[in-house]
Amino acid sequence: MTSPGDSGGRETWPLWEVFIRSSRGLSHVHAGSLHAPDETMAVRNARDLYTRRAEGVSIWVVRASDITSSDPDAKGEFFESPQGKEYRHATYYKESEAVPHL
Amino acid sequence: MTATADPAVTDKSADELEFDRMIEADLRIEPRDWMPEAYRKTLIRQISQHAHSEIIGMQPEGNWITRAPSLKRKAILMAKVQDEAGHGLYLYSAAQTLGIDRETMFEQLITGAAKYSSIFNYTTPTWADMGSIGWLVDGAAICNQVPLCRASYGPYGRAMTRICKEESFHQRQGFEILLELMRGTDAQRAMAQESVNRWYAPALMMFGPPDEDSPNSQRSMAWKIKRFSNDDLRQRFVDMLVPQAEVLGVTLPDPAISWNEERGHYDFGDLDWNEFYEVLAGRGQANAVRVARRKKAHEDGSWVREAARAYADREAAARDDAGRMAS
Repeated sequence: MTSPGDSGGRETWPLWEVFIRSSRGLSHVHAGSLHAPDETMAVRNARDLYTRRAEGVSIWVVRASDITSSDPDAKGEFFESPQGKEYRHATYYKESEAVPHL
Repeated sequence: MTATADPAVTDKSADELEFDRMIEADLRIEPRDWMPEAYRKTLIRQISQHAHSEIIGMQPEGNWITRAPSLKRKAILMAKVQDEAGHGLYLYSAAQTLGIDRETMFEQLITGAAKYSSIFNYTTPTWADMGSIGWLVDGAAICNQVPLCRASYGPYGRAMTRICKEESFHQRQGFEILLELMRGTDAQRAMAQESVNRWYAPALMMFGPPDEDSPNSQRSMAWKIKRFSNDDLRQRFVDMLVPQAEVLGVTLPDPAISWNEERGHYDFGDLDWNEFYEVLAGRGQANAVRVARRKKAHEDGSWVREAARAYADREAAARDDAGRMAS
């Protein structure tokens, strides 16, 4: 399965996906991608490319080719399980609506 | 491909109908979604051209880093040029999600198969040009780019959001360079005015030809890549510039500029589109120099890329060996 962002082939350096934790207490969030020869350089390049204005306190990099994603052509079937299961949301339960602290 | 229920109504595939529905609903198209080939091609052309513009756009200002009048100005200019490199990289990555690799984009730039913004083919003979580029060129770029944050292609919109956040400092620092010159000596004021005279019209032409001569615009707007027409954006830009020029105390070099009460906009004169097409055709002040320098930088850096790759491969092999010995 192809990875997101991987156009394959002719690059001297592999493609990396970059995830940044913007401050303590928050998750790492995908920031973008870059090319780098190895993981050490990928982290350094990510610092220069994605945190020039103190946007991060921590960086993850992962090779784009190591990412496995769900099949976009099957997204209908794949994500249909929650359909019709409104009882999984608090808003489904109407009788208790006016009761305090519920 | 499933056929639609009534081929008399449409001969579009189910994929295409789904694509149309998402565009209509103002949803974003993501890299692995089905998309019409023409949409993909248009985006590759536009995003790569945009990336090339950022990368080539480093040169007119890089020219002034060593000559900037103070350490503070040097540091600011370096930060700005570094941002432009970053913007180019965000955009190249966005283009790559459409299935083109970076080497190919580089070759298209070098051979002239891909364009970049004509504005960067003008030279920067004075320090005031750093001010004009920030105020006028980056100002026009921002005007163009803010609506692109809502472009229908997800990776492009995300790259533009990041770029727009960073770009506003570029325009302000340029404005302040001009402001400082305008508060200076007669010679400094003359330098600022002379520079604005040179950059004003080319900056207005950055929005592209008038709507009636821009055949691809309609389609890009239907696809929600572009949100406003070239002329609408140009008008918006002029409306912002006139009061800013008053703050600076510079004159915009167009005697036709006047407030039109009825339209609620400033009128302005016709632009010399022959000049635009001449520069586009490669006959600007610096077309050959810009591309030659980019090519040289790429070639001069090739040993670094290869050495880093070789080092990474060797380290990886050493780790593999160590792993085998340990197990």
